[in-house]
Amino acid sequence: MTVDLPFGTVPPVLLFLLGGLLIAVTPNAFLRRLILVVVPVYGLVQLFALPMGSSLEFDFFGETLTLLRVDKTSIIFATIFHLAAVLAAVYGWANLDRMQQSVALLYPGSAIGAVFAGDLITLFVFWEMAAVTSVFLILAGSTVRASKAAIRYLVIQVGSGVLLLFGAILYFQETGSIAFEKMELGSIATIAIFLAFGIKSAFPLLHNWLQDSYPESTITGTLILSIFTTKMAVYALFRGFPGEQLLIWIGAVMTCFPVFFAVIENDLRRVLCYSLNNQVGFMVVGIGIGTPLALNGTASYVFCNIIFEGLLFMSMGAVLLRTGTVKGSELGGLYKTMPLTTFYCIIGAASISAFPLFAGFVSKGMIIDGLAKEHMLIPWLMLVFAAAGVFHHSGIKIPYFAFFAHDSGRRVKDAPLSMQIAMALSAILCVAIGTFPDPLYALLPYPVDYVPYTAPHVLHQLQLLLFSALAFTLLTISGIYPPELRSTNLDFDWFYRKPGAALVRGVVTGIAAINGAMTNFVGRRIEGALRSLYALHGPEGRLARTWPSGFMAMWIAILLTLALLVNYL
Amino acid sequence: MSEHGPKDDVKGIFDNPRNVNLLKYSLYASCLLVAIADFFVDGHPYFDIEKFPVFYGLYGGIMCAALVIAAKWMRIIVMRDEDYYDR
Repeated sequence: MTVDLPFGTVPPVLLFLLGGLLIAVTPNAFLRRLILVVVPVYGLVQLFALPMGSSLEFDFFGETLTLLRVDKTSIIFATIFHLAAVLAAVYGWANLDRMQQSVALLYPGSAIGAVFAGDLITLFVFWEMAAVTSVFLILAGSTVRASKAAIRYLVIQVGSGVLLLFGAILYFQETGSIAFEKMELGSIATIAIFLAFGIKSAFPLLHNWLQDSYPESTITGTLILSIFTTKMAVYALFRGFPGEQLLIWIGAVMTCFPVFFAVIENDLRRVLCYSLNNQVGFMVVGIGIGTPLALNGTASYVFCNIIFEGLLFMSMGAVLLRTGTVKGSELGGLYKTMPLTTFYCIIGAASISAFPLFAGFVSKGMIIDGLAKEHMLIPWLMLVFAAAGVFHHSGIKIPYFAFFAHDSGRRVKDAPLSMQIAMALSAILCVAIGTFPDPLYALLPYPVDYVPYTAPHVLHQLQLLLFSALAFTLLTISGIYPPELRSTNLDFDWFYRKPGAALVRGVVTGIAAINGAMTNFVGRRIEGALRSLYALHGPEGRLARTWPSGFMAMWIAILLTLALLVNYL
Repeated sequence: MSEHGPKDDVKGIFDNPRNVNLLKYSLYASCLLVAIADFFVDGHPYFDIEKFPVFYGLYGGIMCAALVIAAKWMRIIVMRDEDYYDR
C-alpha cells in the first residue's frame, strides 16, 4: 500500500545520513556530541508518526524502488536501532573522535535504511553502506592488528553484499520482481541471497569475522558494532526466509558451538562476541520455526538482546577504559572500586541469562516454547543446553573474572558519568521489560498469546540457572575449572589466516615468478631485435654510414648492366 | 591508567570468607529448594524427558559441567600463544 509521508517528516535514513555528514563538518566538539544524541532521539519520536505502508518510491528501469516500507516488523527493528543509537551516543559522549562520531550515525542510519528497504536493490545499497561505514570503527582501533582485522572484515562484508546483488539479479530474472518479500530456498538466486544474509548473521563457519574484528575496535566502537550488522541480517532473514526449516538447525548449532570457545577465551570482549554469536543463534531458530509465537520471540529477543548484550559490552568497555585491559587473566577484584559498573554488569548478566524479572526471560522463552510446541526434541535440547551455556559464560564468567575472582590489585575509579548514565538507562530497561513486558509485546509483529510468568516456566528456568551456577561453583572449588590464560584460540578463521594466507602468498609469489620469467624472455628477444636494428641503423650502423657518391655511381652502373643483360638474354 | 596498589588497601565484601560461604550455602539451599518444588508444580511437559524429576536442574548442571570439561580438552587442540597470528 502506497502512502504519503506527513508534511515535515524527515525520512529516518536521511536524518541519520545528514546528521553524520553534519558531524563530519562541525568543528565544535560539544555540538558534535549534541547532534549525535539529538538525531536518534528525534528519529525515535518521529518513528511512531510514520504511516503504515510504503512511501518514498522511485522508478528504476521500470521497477519500483521502495525506500520506506513501514509495518510492524520494520518498526520494531527500527525502534530498537534508534534506541541503541541513543544509548551508544550517551555512552560514547566523552570518548569518540570526530570520525567515530560521524560513523556512529552513518552506520546505524545504513542499518535503519536496510530495515525500511522494500526491495532487494535498496537493501543491497544499505547493506554495503553498513559494511563500508562500520569498517571505520574497526580502523579506529589504531593498531596494526585492528588494520589487518578491518581489511579481513571489509572483504567478507562487501563479499556478502556482492552475493546479495548477484542473487537479486538472478531473482529478478526468475520472478520478474525485485520486491523484498518472503522467498523459498531452492534456486541459485535464493541460495545466494540466503548465504549473503548468513554471512552477516555469522552462521557457523561463516562466523569468524565477528570474533576477529569486533574486539579490535575502540571502547564505544565495539559496542556500536555489536548492535547493528548481525541484527540487520536477522531482520533480512526474518523478512526473507521465515519458516525455512534449515534455519532451525543452523541456529541450533549457532547457539551451541560458540559457548565452548567462550569458556576458554581470555579476552572478555571476545567472550561477548562468542556470546553474540550464540544469541543470534536463538533468533535464527525462531525465524526457522516461523510460527507467530516464534517470530514474536525472535523480534522481542532482538529488542532485548541489543539492550542487555550492549550493557555487557558497556561494562567491559568501562573496565577497558579504566584498567587498559579486558583480559580475564589480568583482572579481578574490581568490584571494590568499580561497584556501580559491577552492579550494571550483573544486571546485564542476569538479563542475558534469562533470570525471571529480567528482559531475557520474557523474550527467549517464546523461542524455546515455540520449538517445544512443534515437538522438535533435538533442537530443543540444544537450545536448553545453550541457554545454560549462556549463563555460564556471559552470566557468570564475565562478571566473575572481571570484578571478582582473584584480586588483581587494580584500584581504579568507577566508570565516567556519561558511561554510567548509558549503563543505568540500559539496566532500567532490562528490569522494566522483564517486569512489565506488555509494552514490548504491543510492538511485536503478531498478536501475543504468551504468558511468561507461569509457575512451571519460572521454576524450570530457576532450576536450569541455579544448577548451572552450582556446577560452576563446584568446578571452581575443585580446581577443575580452566584458569584464564593469555592465549589465542584457533577457530575457523585459522583456515584463511594461516593456510589460506600461505596459499595466497604462494599464488602471488608464483604469479610474480612467472611474470618475471616471461618479462625476461620477451625482454631479451626485444632487446636482441633492438640491438640488431641499432647495429644496422645506429650512428655507427652499416646502413647509416655516409657512402662516397662514386661508390653509388658504380652500384648504379652494375645494376643497369644487369638490367640490360636480363633484357637481352 | 591502572593504579596498582597493595592488595589489602581496600577491603571488599568477599574478602571475608564468611560472606563467601554465606553465598555458597545460599546457592546450595536454593538448588535444594527448586529441586523440591519440582514435585509440587505441574509442568505441562511437551516431551517425555521433561517428566524426569528435576529434569531442568539436572540437565543444566550436568551439561554445564560437561561443557567446561570439553572446553578444557579443546584447549589442547586450539590453544596457541597470544601473538600466534602476529608472527
